[in-house]
Amino acid sequence: MYEYDRYDQAMVDARVEDFRDQTRRRIAGELTEDQFKPLRLKNGLYLQLHAYMLRVAIPYGTFNSRQMRKLADIARKYDRGYGHFTTRQNIQYNWIKLEEAPDLLAELATVEMHAIQTSGESIRNISADQYAGAAADEICDPRPWAELLRQATTFHPEFSYLPRKFKIAVISSKEDRAALRWHDCALRIVRNEAGEEGFEVYAGGGMGRTPFIAYKIRDFLPSGQIFSYLQAILRVWNMHARRDNIHKQRMKILVHDLGEEEFRRQVEEQFEHFLTLGTDFPQAEYDRIAAFFAPPPFETGLSDDIDLSDPDFALWVDRQVIAHKAPGYAIANISLKPVGGIPGDISAEQMERVADLAERYSFDEIRATHAQNLVLPHVRKADLYAVWQALDAAGLADANLDLVTDIIACPGLDYCSLANARSIPIAQKIAQRFADAERQRDIGELKIKISGCINACGHHHAGQIGILGVDRKGTENYQLLLGGSGAEDTSQAKITGPGFDEEGIVDAVERTIERYRELRTDGERFLDTYRRVGMDPFKEAIYG
Amino acid sequence: MRLLTGNDLKSGAVIWWTGRDWSLHVEDAADVGEAGEAILQAEEGARRVNTPYIIDGTPTPGGPRPAHIKDRIRALGPTVRPDLTLKPADPAAGDWVI
Repeated sequence: MYEYDRYDQAMVDARVEDFRDQTRRRIAGELTEDQFKPLRLKNGLYLQLHAYMLRVAIPYGTFNSRQMRKLADIARKYDRGYGHFTTRQNIQYNWIKLEEAPDLLAELATVEMHAIQTSGESIRNISADQYAGAAADEICDPRPWAELLRQATTFHPEFSYLPRKFKIAVISSKEDRAALRWHDCALRIVRNEAGEEGFEVYAGGGMGRTPFIAYKIRDFLPSGQIFSYLQAILRVWNMHARRDNIHKQRMKILVHDLGEEEFRRQVEEQFEHFLTLGTDFPQAEYDRIAAFFAPPPFETGLSDDIDLSDPDFALWVDRQVIAHKAPGYAIANISLKPVGGIPGDISAEQMERVADLAERYSFDEIRATHAQNLVLPHVRKADLYAVWQALDAAGLADANLDLVTDIIACPGLDYCSLANARSIPIAQKIAQRFADAERQRDIGELKIKISGCINACGHHHAGQIGILGVDRKGTENYQLLLGGSGAEDTSQAKITGPGFDEEGIVDAVERTIERYRELRTDGERFLDTYRRVGMDPFKEAIYG
Repeated sequence: MRLLTGNDLKSGAVIWWTGRDWSLHVEDAADVGEAGEAILQAEEGARRVNTPYIIDGTPTPGGPRPAHIKDRIRALGPTVRPDLTLKPADPAAGDWVI
């Protein structure tokens, strides 16, 4: 993985000292909150319901055991012993004190971490396939490109005061594990007929108040021209964005107002201009960055056999273990969705156990997923049983990847100042209703995603079953949506009808799932059945 | 009744205006009545509180109860982590929120 050079470290350290001074001035009364707020947001520090919240960047979801141990230290020293993995492959802490935030950031900097661009009108943490560098189905590791773009865009003056936040994702497989088309700009690495690597480019996606699925605006962009193309996209947005209306500032609004063809035309026009400026990455720079992501020294000659004589282990392997590109190795998913737990939450002790496992069994690599789980990307198949035993001892061995209890949920009204309704209790009640492991497996793949407000941090638009919490005259109410997808078959979920109270929404989800079980044909996932039969049979089951 | 609340500038903790000072406990909150806006301005200037605002509440035998669920959650703590609320030993504390 990427390691800071002296310039990276100097920039991050300087940023910490800047923030230390800004915080001192705020506490001393030299800065008002209106003056200080944009400064703290540029360092990932929000004010939430109960305290300040710090969102720490995990670039493309990749980190190591040293960093995870520091995250555990921070959870104990500055928070209340836990952290929360987000839907953008980041981690956030809920109980931060302003006066301690500069010290916290200084500690993060000692392990090459920061909270820069995890908030504000900037290019946010660039996300990627959580299996990058390990997946059997990838063309190449997409992370060098994510890192190059991260470096080129961080502190870039044109991108420091964007009209609104801007989200980028990069993958290199046909299977989309990064919700590609729900991003402002998405890149999928492909090969053309000549065998050259390049990008499919998508633009104009996003969730929130006005959801749009990104258009594909380029079938093939030579990889060496990506920074020119990205600058062209951002230039078109920067020129035309509705800075007068916060609800119309995201690039998705511009793309859909201009229309696919006109947006593409303007981007191509700007692209021709940027190509003349020579700002693309030299091959030597790509090679330098790519070297950090060289495959680890996989052993050869390993057996692919796994002893599945322990039935509980066999169930875990069946659900949590994914094919790896190297013979004898596997990708192990770690569920942060225990039944009745809080999706994405992890204690300091669990962080340390995962760090231990990564160090011992996964070439010191950990991944955070946008579905709020973790991954050990490079585990020898022969070590899986030991890994599972250790995870089980740490309360991290649930076997529910992509099942009905593997629910994405935003922090909701329990923590978030923007939320209208609580998300976590709904996730907990649904998980408890479907706690029976056999029932979960019988239902099969079913991705439930819950947001506590229209900002959609819980990705409800992309939920096969989505739930949106709203405020109805001071009371929590929940809308049910069906048919969304964040995978390669991207689709936007549709509202079923009138909303429900807290108990009613759980019943409605159960009636939806039972109707699916009645209607499905062999091998059909929930989403397949929904797409085949449409909304009406489900509405009949839900509303009678 | 009208309650004045905000977050402590340094710690971020939820605080309530008692009539003389700030308290972590909504039970201590005073009815600021028509004087609320003036107190808010003065206290914001004093730099103890961040982003203060005035809410409606109802007097109850147990003390003021904020009208909106968001402020009741602020007053108690996250409903999903009773161990981290201001009343970790009270199993019925969550009922007050809902």
